[in-house]
Amino acid sequence: MATVVTTVRRSFGTHWYAWAMVLPVVIVLAVLVGYPLGKGVYLSFTDANEANVARTIGVNHIEATYKSVGLDNYWKVLSGQEGHFYSRLGWTVVWTASCVFLHYTLGLGLALLLNRPMRFRALYRVLLILPWAVPAFVATFSWRLMFNEKYGVLNAFLTKLGMDPVDWLGDATLQKVSAVAVNVWLGVPFMMVAILGGLQSIPRELHEAAEMDGATPWQRFRHVTLPGLKSVSGTVILLGVIWTFNMFQVIYLLIGQGASSESEILVTYAYRLAFQGVRDYAGSATYGILILSLLLVFAVFYRRMLTRQEAVR
Amino acid sequence: MSTAQPARPLRHRPREQRSRTASAALHTALVAASLVSVFPIAFIVFVSLRGRDGWQEPTRLVGFDVSNYSHILGETKFLTWFGNSVIVALGATVLGVLIAATAGYAVSRMRFPGHRPLMWTFLVVQMFPMAVLIVPLYNILGELELLDSYTGLIVTYCSISVPFCAWMLKGYFDTVPVEIDEAGRVDGLTPFGTFWRLIVPLARPGLAVTGFYSFITAWGEVAFATQFMSSEEHYTLAVGLQTFVGQQKAEWGLMTAAAVLITIPAALVFFVAQRHLVAGLTAGGTKG
Repeated sequence: MATVVTTVRRSFGTHWYAWAMVLPVVIVLAVLVGYPLGKGVYLSFTDANEANVARTIGVNHIEATYKSVGLDNYWKVLSGQEGHFYSRLGWTVVWTASCVFLHYTLGLGLALLLNRPMRFRALYRVLLILPWAVPAFVATFSWRLMFNEKYGVLNAFLTKLGMDPVDWLGDATLQKVSAVAVNVWLGVPFMMVAILGGLQSIPRELHEAAEMDGATPWQRFRHVTLPGLKSVSGTVILLGVIWTFNMFQVIYLLIGQGASSESEILVTYAYRLAFQGVRDYAGSATYGILILSLLLVFAVFYRRMLTRQEAVR
Repeated sequence: MSTAQPARPLRHRPREQRSRTASAALHTALVAASLVSVFPIAFIVFVSLRGRDGWQEPTRLVGFDVSNYSHILGETKFLTWFGNSVIVALGATVLGVLIAATAGYAVSRMRFPGHRPLMWTFLVVQMFPMAVLIVPLYNILGELELLDSYTGLIVTYCSISVPFCAWMLKGYFDTVPVEIDEAGRVDGLTPFGTFWRLIVPLARPGLAVTGFYSFITAWGEVAFATQFMSSEEHYTLAVGLQTFVGQQKAEWGLMTAAAVLITIPAALVFFVAQRHLVAGLTAGGTKG
């Protein structure tokens, strides 16, 4: 017992500075993330909704009357009884995969084009980064106008070319295509700039040596460029997946806040559960916990895969 | 606008001279990509200058006026919302960066029990979909009577930006040589003194970048602002813009003018920061 106390005291003596410096962050995270998360987990085991949570109307405080329902919420969602969980999950995965794939490949392609001496390079770079400078909600509204069936500029072009106008945001499949297009437009610049940074950190000698050895451009790309980009790619793909999986604004603002639609991803659906109609706090929390678990599992596997590949410390 | 420029030899000769076709193909690809990237922005600027109903004829090229701008500046709450956005974004930035910097430094320089779990927490919190937090936060803020207040929204945005800023700053502090800390320690500075007097001034670009990041994030946030700010006087731009194109009426002309005015400050901040932003983002990541 005495030794434990000594260890703790000695540890405190050595580390109290470090602890003091991280304390504010720990408090912020505990109060604003830890506590709400705990409460979210708790709500997901209850039947809480707008009608039975504690609330204050005027001067009267009404006590909460919701009760525990155990794993009922999870059962309802996972057995597919409520909210078409699996089809929504399927679309969310397709959405994430196609967006991140297009972000990465287009970003890589443009970075490779920009990473060589030529005229107007700086100009191209600025023009290509431009979408990133536009706040996502502004961009989404702008695209909604361009997709407008009757007055949108895209349909105006199609009509001029002699084709029929398309109901971009009405039809379920086209809604999905449009949402992916907007998100790709928004996300490619970040990937491009990050990969460009990665390309410039690859020592020039490596390419020259490979060239001397008679490697074709494709071989140089495969065996010098791609391995050189590994750590940057690992990071941006992980961030990209997390950001896209949780991408709220594009779907919510592009497709509208009205009736349920197939094109909603898990996050926007959870949001609507919580704030529309009879506010279903418990259902929303259940969805939230499930989304978080999915991402955690993904991140753990992803990091393990990366670590295996190149033993980061 | 630039067009493809094949054929002519480059002023700075590349190691191997590109063939004419390769050069033409390169520039064609880049011009096409630039058009896709610029067109939506140029189009919105164009529509915003076409008057209240100009958006209904997107391909007509004549008749410019600034009535959309004078209308949203004079007859809507746009300027109030703009002010709200500035207050909330600046508040979140200052608070967030202050808290994140000390933590980032500690994690970068000191090996202490709890170091790894904390780094993990920073990473994991990135993954938090706001769907998990929004309901509990809504209830908590409601109990504290902080709904529909600047404080409530600022504090909420801190929960989004702090872990990420700490993560980025850790990567940035890692690039400052440890010898500087040692020199400070030799001169009798405390660890905190070293941080405050030596490292903070050196890390100013890194702090600026995280500041820009928090600012841009707060400026563009929709989900929390939509639920937490219920009175029109307290709307941020992200909420206010939705009112132009609601279910009943669609004032796309006003929307485009507002879009332009919202984008200008964000884009200015962005272009100052972007080069460092990416370096910071990926540095934090690769060294996690």
